[in-house]
Amino acid sequence: MATMQVELVSPEKVVFSGEATQVITRTLGGGEIAFLPGHAPFLGALDTCHTRVSLADGRQLDVAVHGGFVQVNGNTVSILSDMAELADDIDRGRAMAARDRAQQLMVQEASGEAKAALSRAQARITATGGL
Amino acid sequence: MAGGQERILRGRIRSVQATKKITRAMELIAASRIVKAQQRVAAAVPYSDQITAVVKDLAAAGGTSDSPLLAGRDAVRTIAYIAITADRGLCGGYNAGVQRATEGEIKAGVAGGGDYGVVAVGRKAEGYFRFRGYKVMSTFAGFSDNPTYEDAKRIATWVMDAYVSGEVDRVELIYTRFISAGSQEVVQRPLIPLGRDTIEGGHAHTDALDGAPADYEYEPDPSTILDSLLPRYIEARIYAALLNAAASEHAFRQRAMKSATDNAEELIKNLSRIMNRARQDSITTEIMEIVGGAEALAGDSKKVRPVVLDDDPSTLLVAPGSRAN
Repeated sequence: MATMQVELVSPEKVVFSGEATQVITRTLGGGEIAFLPGHAPFLGALDTCHTRVSLADGRQLDVAVHGGFVQVNGNTVSILSDMAELADDIDRGRAMAARDRAQQLMVQEASGEAKAALSRAQARITATGGL
Repeated sequence: MAGGQERILRGRIRSVQATKKITRAMELIAASRIVKAQQRVAAAVPYSDQITAVVKDLAAAGGTSDSPLLAGRDAVRTIAYIAITADRGLCGGYNAGVQRATEGEIKAGVAGGGDYGVVAVGRKAEGYFRFRGYKVMSTFAGFSDNPTYEDAKRIATWVMDAYVSGEVDRVELIYTRFISAGSQEVVQRPLIPLGRDTIEGGHAHTDALDGAPADYEYEPDPSTILDSLLPRYIEARIYAALLNAAASEHAFRQRAMKSATDNAEELIKNLSRIMNRARQDSITTEIMEIVGGAEALAGDSKKVRPVVLDDDPSTLLVAPGSRAN
């Protein structure tokens, strides 16, 4: 099966780098998008989302990506993100608590901050498996 | 008195020894942190390289942006200088280097009729510029030896706001670039507005990814992407500067503390030499006193036999305080 190089880069370090067969993420305004090997050059701004990387060995890598950019060039998909967390590094309990807090805040006042906090928590929770 | 001097010297040697222990410890800590800081500098390179590459690709692909961050101003009145120093001293000329460079720039700017403002990063910058009465616009401190991306983001947000609101017309970054553990230099880099040269200059590793402009698909449109990319780019630049500064700070501190330790060793050596001489002097004086006393006695009364100095010199050493007889 054809594979492509996937790089997940945050300002502080390279979070992940390896071979994969598919990447699913979500662009701003464009909805979910999947990249397969050999995709045309693509550049997009990312939403806060749960990004799935199907690795070459059949496993799936779940990542909570909090905004950023995706660039597809040649056979390489690079995801640049201010903050990208691997599912293994996410504290699910904390994310749940954060979601509840954010939801309460949303009831009081639908501020942009509360909304952002909610979508961050949501991305973390889905990345760690389901709602 | 001779004995008193000896005691004072002993005290001084002890205090120098204690200082030496501290400087030695600081030297070792700094040395171990250089490696880590260096790794962080290297770890930040892929992101800033990629961001630079994306900006270049976008620009090459004709992505235009009305972002004020790109447009220079015709009349530059106020220049903001981001001076990155340490939070603590004891690092040789590290802080002074940045402070002096900034001060020089300010003076040159003022002589040219412009206005300025200092964005002090690190307590040492804040203290220095406040004390001398320079205009300090904003201060950020508390992270100099271990900066995070969040810290860079806060600084970036502040300067971008100041630029967009028209409070400043240009932003310059002054920090210490980390070349290697043995060599660092104070550099000044233009930060905002972003010019073509700004995008090509930058930190330790300029990228070699000048991929030919490809036909990209964009989502959303290129201008929107570019608009949201530029702030990230500035954040990444500041972050790289902070990391370079942190690594340099550790390198400077290690060197300063090494020479302090060497100096303490030298001091201890000299002081012990002086102390030993003082002790020897007081012993000699005592011997002279004893000998003198014995001779005086011998001269006084012929009956008394002189103290047997020649036969048993150890008597001298056993009880130097008590006079023979």
